[in-house]
Amino acid sequence: MGFPNRIERTVRIERPIEDVWAAITTVEGLGTWFGNSAEVDLRVGGQATLKWEGGHQANLRIERIEEPTVFGYTWGIFGLPEDDARRTYVEFTLLPDGTGTSLTVVESGFAQLAPDEHDKAFNGNTDGWRSELDELVAYLGG
Amino acid sequence: MADQQSEEVAEAVFAALADANRRAILAALTAKGPATVTELAAALPITRQGIAKHLALLTDAGLVSPEPGQGRRVRYHLQSGPMRVAQQYLAALARDWDGPLAALANHLNPPKPVRKA
Repeated sequence: MGFPNRIERTVRIERPIEDVWAAITTVEGLGTWFGNSAEVDLRVGGQATLKWEGGHQANLRIERIEEPTVFGYTWGIFGLPEDDARRTYVEFTLLPDGTGTSLTVVESGFAQLAPDEHDKAFNGNTDGWRSELDELVAYLGG
Repeated sequence: MADQQSEEVAEAVFAALADANRRAILAALTAKGPATVTELAAALPITRQGIAKHLALLTDAGLVSPEPGQGRRVRYHLQSGPMRVAQQYLAALARDWDGPLAALANHLNPPKPVRKA
């Protein structure tokens, strides 16, 4: 069936590269076209948070900044718990294109397995609520 | 290769979910916790033989596992690992970049107001 591991899109925008860079890296930009609001600590290792009406939010960890051509971050995989180690990597690449800018976004890493996930998937583990409830019972002296 | 493994795991989940009886069994184990064949047969409109057949398939696929026990007292419980791999697959399908990129282009190039002659 083919596990969709990588998504790639390119759009051409009729604006100079600096404007597009600002739109994808600043609070004013990200909080307007992407989220309904944003917080951005623009440095490698910094966090950015996008919030949407209705309470959904995305936590980005900034991984790559090469102004004004490359902006990369990782974020969690939708549907998986917030503390799951698996994250996808999103990279925006900007290139001058005549009077405008060509913007490519690549998101990759959907098909990764956490190091022990495959074993967990197949080896009859007793993880999950049952063992956590057992631990709670033990903790409470049951 | 992780890709291949992920694909096999996700495929097992989707094959399991393609059958209404297996969905009912997984849903029952999710809602009420580990159960024996007898308990599942009592709770669902599926024969004992049907339950046993589906549980064997789900066990082979790694989606449920039998707890230690004997004969009819063996309880089966869910394995969440494969479901999370299937969730990754669905997350890729559910990721919408076209909408945000259109919004970005629109943000930078506001449509010009249409003037009436």
